[in-house]
Amino acid sequence: MITILREFVQSFLTFLERVGLLVRFALRLAVILPSGLLRPRPIIEQVYNTGAMSLVIIMTCGLFIGMVLGLQGYDLLTRFGSEEYLGTATAISLLRELGPVVTALLFAGRAGTALAAELGLMRATDQIAAMEIMAVDPMRRVVLPRFLGGVIAMPLLVSIFIVVALFGAQLVGVEFFGVDSGSYWSQMRSAVELSDIREGLVKGLVFGVACSLIAVYEGYNAMPTAEGVGRATTRTVVISAVVTLILDYILTASML
Amino acid sequence: MNNQSGPAAASAPAVQSPSIAVLRDVHFDVDSGKTVFSGLDIEIRRGAITAIMGPSGTGKTTLLKLITGQVCADHGQVVVDGLDVARLNRKQMYAMRRRMGMLFQNGALLTDLDVFENVAFPLREHTRLPERLIRTIVLTKLHAVGLRGAAELFPQQLSGGMGRRVALARAIVMDPEILIYDEPFAGLDPISMGVVLRLIRSLNSALGITSIVVTHDVREISQIADSSFILAEGKVVASGTTAELRDHPSPIVHQFVDGLADGPVPFHYPAPEYHAQLLGGKVFA
Repeated sequence: MITILREFVQSFLTFLERVGLLVRFALRLAVILPSGLLRPRPIIEQVYNTGAMSLVIIMTCGLFIGMVLGLQGYDLLTRFGSEEYLGTATAISLLRELGPVVTALLFAGRAGTALAAELGLMRATDQIAAMEIMAVDPMRRVVLPRFLGGVIAMPLLVSIFIVVALFGAQLVGVEFFGVDSGSYWSQMRSAVELSDIREGLVKGLVFGVACSLIAVYEGYNAMPTAEGVGRATTRTVVISAVVTLILDYILTASML
Repeated sequence: MNNQSGPAAASAPAVQSPSIAVLRDVHFDVDSGKTVFSGLDIEIRRGAITAIMGPSGTGKTTLLKLITGQVCADHGQVVVDGLDVARLNRKQMYAMRRRMGMLFQNGALLTDLDVFENVAFPLREHTRLPERLIRTIVLTKLHAVGLRGAAELFPQQLSGGMGRRVALARAIVMDPEILIYDEPFAGLDPISMGVVLRLIRSLNSALGITSIVVTHDVREISQIADSSFILAEGKVVASGTTAELRDHPSPIVHQFVDGLADGPVPFHYPAPEYHAQLLGGKVFA
């Protein structure tokens, strides 16, 4: 019993230590943020790497999630004879919840792991140490642009995901099941408010900060071995997914 | 090209000391608790080629990390060009490192940049030179290492020896005062090894820099080193010219210089009695 308690306390202390290190890492990024913004080119490159390179997976998943929403929504709404609300139901669910959350989970799996693996390998192959020796701060030169690239890319990816998903739902609802196209779009337009769009974008931004921060932190602090890099990528996905869902609850509760 | 402004340079001595790096009574343990240095004393002469040698695991690379400020000594003092490395803040540390170049064991080239951009990297980060001048400097340095024609290649397309030479070009692009080589000959074929050896010598005499070479290759380094230190058991066990080391009375130096299996440095890692273990003893303690 004492052993279990001791292990629990030890795990809790380790957890607190990791959170402290992550906060310190985030504060360091915040301190160097102004100087990093003066060099936009690496940030734009990273928006391309994390954002544009994730487009295919985001759009494919968005399309199919929209189609599933169309299917399920149509099936449910026809029971109440209100299938014309399909557009409203899909739009609200996508804008408020599914869009940002699913995009964040996909981002963690695609761009987050790529960021963590890239930084981990840079450490394992002494590229980070070489920068330090060349008097170049790797946090400023390597970590900050990647972090900002992820933060900027996420709301854009969320927007694209939602648009494609709405098209997918329309494809199933209107084209396959014959829901009236006019009521699909007009009901959506009258029901969706600016606050719904704001909620989705705010969530996208917050998830972007969280997922990018976790990815660059795990990669930058990875053990310089093959196993260490593998562990960093796994941790990136797992922690990002859990943190995204926790943050989603907090944000939803605060914005309702 | 060297940026010697800033607080670090400001506190540098006006009269140049004959020693560029001095380590006094340095003690250093790694995180696992293993003692790497226990009272290390080394003085590295300005403008000379100094070889740091010793059996594997004696802390040669750690010594370089101490000199470059990547790690701090637990006890003792590391002074580089008059600056106490442990007392430098980040800005001062970077100012000191701008006067250094380091060749890593694996080259450590940035894999997302081609050869030209790798060599140009320190110039782009630390200077505001016009593009034409950067181009000229980079091509000059690449020519010096014989790889001007490989400017467009990426690190993945280079052989081990070529990668090492590109890394060398990058290390000298800011015209450093101290050039540090970590195992520059490891894994090189005889031709590449000869090329790198000649490059170290010619760079040292042409640029008047101080070279610190960590290596196992006694025969190769003895051709160019002005003085050598042999590390073992956390200390310097011998120092001097190659001839002095060869005649050194210490059995550990004799074993290392002559490459003998038997001697004070055991070939076998500590283990249980051989026959007892073969006859069923535990493999893991």
